[in-house]
Amino acid sequence: MAELLIKNGFVFDPLNGINGEKMDIAIRNGKIVKKVHEHRVKTIDASGLTIMPGGIDIHTHIAGGEVNTGRIVRPEDHVKDAVSKTAITRSGTGYSVPSTFITGYRYSKMGYTTVMNPSMAPLEAKHTHEELNDIPLLDKATYPLIGDWWFVLEYLQKGDLEGCARHVAWMLDTTKGYAIKIVNPGGLESWGFGHNVHSIDDQVPNFCITPREIICGLAKVNKMLNLPHSIHLHTNNLGLPGNYVTTLETMKALESVPYEGRPVCHITHLQFSSFGGDSWGNMRSAAEEISKYINNHSHMTFDMGQVIFTDTTTMTADGPFEYTLYQLSGHKWVNGDVETETSGGIIPFHYKRSNAVNATQWSIGLELALLIDDPWKMFLTTDHPNGGPFIAYPRILAWLMSKNARMATLKRCHKKAQKKSLLPSINRELSLYELAIMTRAGQAKALGLKNKGHLGVGADADIAIYNINPETTDIARKYKTVRRAFKHAAYTIKDGKIVVKDGEVVGHVDGRTMWLDVQTAEPCTIDEDMKSKFKQYWTVEYDNYPVYDHYVKVKDPITVKANV
Amino acid sequence: MITLTPLRKFTFPVQAECISPDVFQGKDTAEIAKLPVYEGNKPKKLSDLFKIEEDGAETPSITINGDVSEVRRIGQGMKNGEIVINGNVGMHLGEKMAGGKITVNGDACQWAGSSMKNGLIEVHGNAGDYLASPYRGVSEGMRGGKIVVDGNVGSDSGAYMRGGLIKIKGSNIGQFLGFHMRDGIIHVEKDASTRVGTNMTGGKIVVSGKIDEVMPTFTIDNVKPKVKIDDTESAAGPFYVFLGDLAEHGTGKIFVSKANNPHLKTYEKYL
Repeated sequence: MAELLIKNGFVFDPLNGINGEKMDIAIRNGKIVKKVHEHRVKTIDASGLTIMPGGIDIHTHIAGGEVNTGRIVRPEDHVKDAVSKTAITRSGTGYSVPSTFITGYRYSKMGYTTVMNPSMAPLEAKHTHEELNDIPLLDKATYPLIGDWWFVLEYLQKGDLEGCARHVAWMLDTTKGYAIKIVNPGGLESWGFGHNVHSIDDQVPNFCITPREIICGLAKVNKMLNLPHSIHLHTNNLGLPGNYVTTLETMKALESVPYEGRPVCHITHLQFSSFGGDSWGNMRSAAEEISKYINNHSHMTFDMGQVIFTDTTTMTADGPFEYTLYQLSGHKWVNGDVETETSGGIIPFHYKRSNAVNATQWSIGLELALLIDDPWKMFLTTDHPNGGPFIAYPRILAWLMSKNARMATLKRCHKKAQKKSLLPSINRELSLYELAIMTRAGQAKALGLKNKGHLGVGADADIAIYNINPETTDIARKYKTVRRAFKHAAYTIKDGKIVVKDGEVVGHVDGRTMWLDVQTAEPCTIDEDMKSKFKQYWTVEYDNYPVYDHYVKVKDPITVKANV
Repeated sequence: MITLTPLRKFTFPVQAECISPDVFQGKDTAEIAKLPVYEGNKPKKLSDLFKIEEDGAETPSITINGDVSEVRRIGQGMKNGEIVINGNVGMHLGEKMAGGKITVNGDACQWAGSSMKNGLIEVHGNAGDYLASPYRGVSEGMRGGKIVVDGNVGSDSGAYMRGGLIKIKGSNIGQFLGFHMRDGIIHVEKDASTRVGTNMTGGKIVVSGKIDEVMPTFTIDNVKPKVKIDDTESAAGPFYVFLGDLAEHGTGKIFVSKANNPHLKTYEKYL
């Protein structure tokens, strides 16, 4: 395999504490090495350019049943964004729900190399992996939805955490998943009967259990299994005015789970969980309350779920929330119920500057990112495509690094939202080092990806090079230049191969699919009792259910030694 | 004035959004000849498919002589000027047009005047399905302007309409006229078929002839002697006025001629 040398770039590698130092990076066989023979290898002259590890997205809906249904209901989303094939790339369509190939190309053009698909109904696991196989240039993994899975609820109800842990280990292997995803715990099970839960102490119908017990139980299970990522939580009451109280309660409840130096939970798209007020009329930002708590505690990580003013498609397993959105917008609505596993919903949604609630949401996302002091806790996402398509990341980076940029957008927002926004009082402007944490290093750390998110010896050679000279550019004032640079990476290197040059895709790599191979004391199998339940409750036979290894095109199992 | 004459009969669809007065303006025939079009999946020049001639006349801006029923997107997004088509024309005629006039001395295909904002389209023959309706999945239909069809129209016409006027003079009209309509007026001078105004939440549909059925989600409101169509014109009645679509909590109105619809007499007892 080819060797590569990147010379004289300004390197930002927060995991190794490197902040803009000029240095060379050597690559051999897809890994970063100490040095290569300078005269024999291909060299990239990166003088005057910024070098970062390849971008990592901790939460982006890019594959699976929901995404595909989103594609089906949105022909108008495809007609406005059609992409022709080139000699190297394939054709495709889609703005907010792009086709698989386009997803890979567009991420790669922004310098991203690893993405995580956060919501997979276990029954849709095969479908999800087929789509992941088709997404080029990126390493990917997916989180199965476990929070409302009947058997998990039964184990937790009995207080049998060990049994639950073994069952979850079996689930992760069966679905080839990477982390425990919990969406509106208890609420999705209730939604099967037309109800929802409204606080973390509400009883889940038909189960003698509360959301608090589900969240804390699975967080403990996560610890017992030694999973690299914490539980990945979409909170109860998401997207409703006044829900910040539920979010604070959830975070306090998780204090009971032993911290042991590693986060116990990742609350995703925090913006949607930080609404104040008690109705849509007086909905306000609760970023102050939330960020105050987060600055004083360190047992959790978060991502933004930033809203972009554009026409997008919302999709989540949180069926009852999508119903609320349907009542608000009257737009075409897809409602789904995946047997005993989870629910789902899809609504196209247009976030508008002229709408006070939407503009406040936009403000909340940025307020949170800026008020939370430690960038290792708060990562950049749009919850693609719920807050907006991922191609808007460079715009969010501009808002974070430049007060001028965000004030220019705020000025065009609804007057009521402008008055309530905290943004005018926040002077913080993030540096490239902090942005590198929010977009790659922090995410790699939270996900427990040892070979990603840094440029130390032995790391995967996933590298993004941007056309920014940190010595001569004042990024806060020249935010438009920096935004352009982040939109079109000068180079993206995946596994040591140049795949993007000057914002155009020039190479092809399939990208690996990661999953956890959890090794427990006894092998985790499913007993006869469960198999008979399969016959009773599922539309598929048990033998057709698991995702076998041959389903995954480029395999990258990560072995984890569990304590059970 | 530019005159376009097809050089042969087209067997593949031709995408020709460049045939528009706004695009032709300020260009001589040599420049117009070079405008890009697609025939099937092959990129071509306009002159590969059409004979292009220019004369000194001011109006209409563009005349097309001959059958162009495979040529799509003529007059797309046009803002002013006039196009006259002497023959049948293909899909998406005058899509999203914002002004000017298109006259078709022949038939128009599907999606004529799709999502138009302003201007006038006159079709002296028949029009296809989805007249004035938006592209699939889009919920923003016709916003303004006027469409007059002398012949029949297909199904799903006037869907998601938000303003403007459609006049239909033929007697053979497809189902789902004014589907999801929000505002604006559709005037059917002769007969309409079934499922008129399904899911409508506002606007008016006037049927001066016979209507096969009124959807059960509509309720009779009153009887009116005449209905105003536009500033200069009104339709003579008397008309039954139906309100709906109640399944959508709608307040749209369907006016149905009393004289031509004796089968609706039973509704009178609910007045």
